[in-house]
Amino acid sequence: MTHAAAAVDQMRPPFPAERGLDVYNKKLGMWIFLASEVMFFAALIGTYIILRFGAPGEWARPGIVLNIKITAFNTFLLICSSVSMVKAYAAIQDGDPKKMRFWLLMTILGGATFVGIQVYEYIHLIEHGFVPAGVREGSELAALVANGTLPAATMGLYGSTFFTMTGFHGFHVTCGVISMTYLYLTKALPGKYSKNDYGGIETVGLYWHFVDLVWIILFTIVYLI
Amino acid sequence: MTSVAATAHGAHAHHDDRSFVRKYIFSTDHKIIGIQFLFVSLFFLLVGGLLAMQMRWQLGFPGKPMPGGGILPETMAPGGVILPEYYIQLVTMHGTFMIFFAIMPLLVGVFANFLIPLKIGTHDMAFPRINMWSFWTFFIGGLVMLSSLFVPDGAARAGWTMYAPLSARHDYSGASIGQELWSVSIIFVGLSSILGSLNYITTIINNRAPGMTWFRMPLSVWSLFITAILGLLALPVLSGAVIMLLFDQIIGTHFFDPGAGGQALLWQHLFWFFGHPEVYILILPAMGMVSDIISNGSRKPIFGYHSMVFAIVAIAFLGWIVWGHHMFVSGMNPTLGSSFMVSTLVIAVPSAVKTFNWMGTMWRGNLRFHVPMLHAVAFVAMFVIGGLSGIFMAATPVDMQIHDTYFIVAHLHYVLFGGSLFALFGAITYWYPKMFGRLMNEGWGKVHFWLTFIFYNCVFFPMHITGMAGEMRRLYDPNQYTFLQPLQPIRVFISISAFLLFATQLIFFVNFWWSLWKGKKAPQNPWEDNGLEWSLPSPAPHGNWERVPNVYRGPYEFSSPQVAEDYLPQYKKLPTDREPAAASAATH
Repeated sequence: MTHAAAAVDQMRPPFPAERGLDVYNKKLGMWIFLASEVMFFAALIGTYIILRFGAPGEWARPGIVLNIKITAFNTFLLICSSVSMVKAYAAIQDGDPKKMRFWLLMTILGGATFVGIQVYEYIHLIEHGFVPAGVREGSELAALVANGTLPAATMGLYGSTFFTMTGFHGFHVTCGVISMTYLYLTKALPGKYSKNDYGGIETVGLYWHFVDLVWIILFTIVYLI
Repeated sequence: MTSVAATAHGAHAHHDDRSFVRKYIFSTDHKIIGIQFLFVSLFFLLVGGLLAMQMRWQLGFPGKPMPGGGILPETMAPGGVILPEYYIQLVTMHGTFMIFFAIMPLLVGVFANFLIPLKIGTHDMAFPRINMWSFWTFFIGGLVMLSSLFVPDGAARAGWTMYAPLSARHDYSGASIGQELWSVSIIFVGLSSILGSLNYITTIINNRAPGMTWFRMPLSVWSLFITAILGLLALPVLSGAVIMLLFDQIIGTHFFDPGAGGQALLWQHLFWFFGHPEVYILILPAMGMVSDIISNGSRKPIFGYHSMVFAIVAIAFLGWIVWGHHMFVSGMNPTLGSSFMVSTLVIAVPSAVKTFNWMGTMWRGNLRFHVPMLHAVAFVAMFVIGGLSGIFMAATPVDMQIHDTYFIVAHLHYVLFGGSLFALFGAITYWYPKMFGRLMNEGWGKVHFWLTFIFYNCVFFPMHITGMAGEMRRLYDPNQYTFLQPLQPIRVFISISAFLLFATQLIFFVNFWWSLWKGKKAPQNPWEDNGLEWSLPSPAPHGNWERVPNVYRGPYEFSSPQVAEDYLPQYKKLPTDREPAAASAATH
């Protein structure tokens, strides 16, 4: 049975079935999954927009609580890892598994560093008193709220939306790093990918670009404006 | 007949050497997964029914000790008398279990899994392992929800819609762990639905048997396909909303807490943005399966096949732009309410198309009232009543009066019980032989049907009347209002009918289990139907076909003049038929 089911998932004709789209199943499944991911992030981002525009007062100005510079570097890193993902994909399409392994490893390192920097950022923010519930009593940020640099009325919403949106994005990056590492160890290293079979690389690549794209939106709306 | 011969050969060719665990527990076979969903969700259907019985006791006989209520702890029902805090848990958990753990998995989990590969002609789902995970995440979610009934401060108490801020703050609802477990459980259910949906969609798009073109697919597959798209796009919104609710409950965020700048109305928008497509997730598969059964029972092609497909698509599309009709009295902008009213009323058009097509199918048909057909016809009748009362609710001025009364309770039970559940009883009876290789008892099936039909109407029809009179839903004891006291005899009548309705379900229960071992052995095609699944032996073997059959025509060729019998299966090759194009590739 498994061989028969696998036969339907092949990348090239002849196809043993009536096919609605000229896309192999793994890739089609990933596109469909990404559609549901779009709806998930739409719920979070939509909530952010509604809460921010309906907020009882001014929103905190950018650059006071969050460190834009370090996150801008992190954004750059994530975009680079998308480029290296494309390089890995192009390499295996050309039939060069060695080059593909190198670029896949670069992508994994880029993603892992992104998560590392985000964890560092979270620890830093929480130390300074920025928590999901808003601003912690008696912290450094509480003093800024007291002297009017930060608006008291909306800090709760600021914390709620910031941690939820970036946290779930970070979770997605982590999942991506784990699945790429899994593919690297079980498929890429033993040399199971070839010019004719690179479905895993293409599929995980789609996911990776999606995660990257979401981050560009989040970076803009959460950090910059 | 070549394909049938190939099938018989296929049954022997698949030597099944999987261990018991791989075969029945962590199985990746779509049929076993469907059957796992069947047993688990029938159990939850029973749980939801038991909760409803306790509610009906309190409403019919308020303040009296419930028979057997002595086993409940002091915090729920001291001396068997139901407390208000327990009553609201009953309301919440009845709705939750029935919607997320009974009707939805019965329709989608059971029949999407079982029917899609069999009806489109493929060996299994596109991603069998993801499919297995879809069941197990659902199962974990169910266990979490079940466990919330047993925590010290009781289960969730904000109604199945979990309106904020009641649900978001423990000091408002009085339950902390129960509320949190509800959220966690729903996140699991959401994940399960998404995993299932992406499987169903991929399988239907790319794995159809040669010749199974889009417009040769049975309407059950069409409706499951569209339902999967709804589930794929609606459930992530619910997951997002419930995650935010959970964060409000446990880490102190303020999404839905108006005191700290959050918006309670935002929850309603997010919930119903999911919730209205969900309504169609709960009815479209039933409509599809009923179409299959009615065509079979009428021995006629379905009337207006293409219009049926487009009506499904239209209902699904309109389902996305009507969520505000749940919120006419929420304080939402009334202008917005008017646009939601118009879009909602438009849904009556595709729904009526379907209804008239079902009647057109039966018109002058050679009717066979077997048990599935009885349920399917009852589905149409009850769905019409539920649909008409839906128009009352859709009209804003009328809704102002009947919102949150027993009128809505009557309406939603007419579509969910009278609609979905009747269709499910029919569908379970119909595909039971293909699942288990035996037929359910016909006579007892008819007894079950008629008693259910009578008691069901006795329970839910009078609710229209009490609702019009202003009886609020989720009310612990309506007698505390003078104007509701004269309605008490009606409530007693409803309660007694409800107990009888519940007792009637034991007939189905016993029939189901008895037939598993003692039922009549099912022939290959007991209903003389045209679908591909009937080309397989009963029960269908692991891996289905060795070589998938070729498809030569649509699924509803009953009473065709081309053959002597009154049905012409999709897989039967007549001398005039050409081989489908994809079939040549399959022979490689």
